[in-house]
Amino acid sequence: MERTTIDLWFGAFVIAGFAALLVLALKAGNLGAERPASTYQVQARFDNIGGLKVRAPVRSSGVLVGRVAEIHFDNERFQASVTLALDSRYTFPKDTSASILTSGLLGEQYVGLDAGGDEKKLAQGDRVSITQSAVVLERLIGQFLFSKAQEDGGKK
Amino acid sequence: MLDRVKLTLGRLGHNFIDGVWRVGAMTRFFVQVIAASGTSARRFRLVMREVYFTGVLSLIIIVVSGLFVGMVLGLQGFQTLQRYGAQESIGVLVALSLVRELGPVVAALLFASRAGSAITAEIGLMKATEQLTAMDMMAVSPMSRVIAPRFWAGVISMPVLAAIFSAMGIFGGYLVGVVLIGVDNGAFWSQMQAAVDFRYDVLNGVVKSFVFGIAVTVIATFEGFDAPPTAEGVSGATTRTVVSSALTILALDLVLTAFMLRGDA
Repeated sequence: MERTTIDLWFGAFVIAGFAALLVLALKAGNLGAERPASTYQVQARFDNIGGLKVRAPVRSSGVLVGRVAEIHFDNERFQASVTLALDSRYTFPKDTSASILTSGLLGEQYVGLDAGGDEKKLAQGDRVSITQSAVVLERLIGQFLFSKAQEDGGKK
Repeated sequence: MLDRVKLTLGRLGHNFIDGVWRVGAMTRFFVQVIAASGTSARRFRLVMREVYFTGVLSLIIIVVSGLFVGMVLGLQGFQTLQRYGAQESIGVLVALSLVRELGPVVAALLFASRAGSAITAEIGLMKATEQLTAMDMMAVSPMSRVIAPRFWAGVISMPVLAAIFSAMGIFGGYLVGVVLIGVDNGAFWSQMQAAVDFRYDVLNGVVKSFVFGIAVTVIATFEGFDAPPTAEGVSGATTRTVVSSALTILALDLVLTAFMLRGDA
């Protein structure tokens, strides 16, 4: 096939486009860095999930071990039911506890896992029974003001 | 007095009907272009030649504007983020706004004014000098020989240009944020990587630019094909291409963004 300058320019143009996309994917995005090969799903029920979102990180000791896969409202127990997709490289004891934490004072919310001491491990479809709800700042302030008022009332 | 009101109303109605007619004719034109695309696939060199004229020659303006937009975003973002002590998030700000919005939209606006207007003027002039009629006489379909290659070239070029724009913008943000202001290099990239999702942000941006590419080239080729065969007609068609492309891009952007963000909330 005869070669022309147009071929060269077209090739360079398309390569530049793919290179730019690769930069966006690898340097700016998170492709490759995290995307666990296989995951197992674990349920957890919370009284209050605060501002937790789908795809929020799941961390244990600060290390990313999975992501929130699904959130829905359990209409029989009136609780939030959260499905966590955990990286199958990591296993946790059956009595692991899950709590909803906030990174920094006003940062994003994530699920923190604290390992227990059970011999058996969590497997696909299991439920994390010990959970701790998100701290809602307004309630905290309300409680503080309430206890403060009670203290003052007691002094008189 | 009454006559003048009548005349104004009549003109208003005429403009409205003309607008509706244009939408309908453009849709029919779009279908015809798709139907006439066989030649573009068989003789891909026709498309490549147009990619050179619309895409490769737009590279300079895309690269330079991307760099400047990224640098300005970096400077402006730093001013605001600094107040909250979050200047490390400058990478997130620059990357997300470029990849999700500014990359596809600004690249499409530049593409419409740089390449779209040229396409309209070229086709309009071909029509005015009766080259299209001559082709028809020789049993060469102008639709498949002239219009379709330009259409596909635009559809191919647009996502490439938008990706290059975003990448250059992020580099511009890096230059201002890290090199000039001195934000920590590691924090700049790691926060960006934590916030930018490949599927939700980068691929959605590509989808957007793809749609914009279709819209801009359909408008540009249609206006050229539809232009009255006079000097005035071609100039009017070129103006209409730029104006209606810009409006279409921004309106489509709103619709696409609404669709794409729906799953996130």
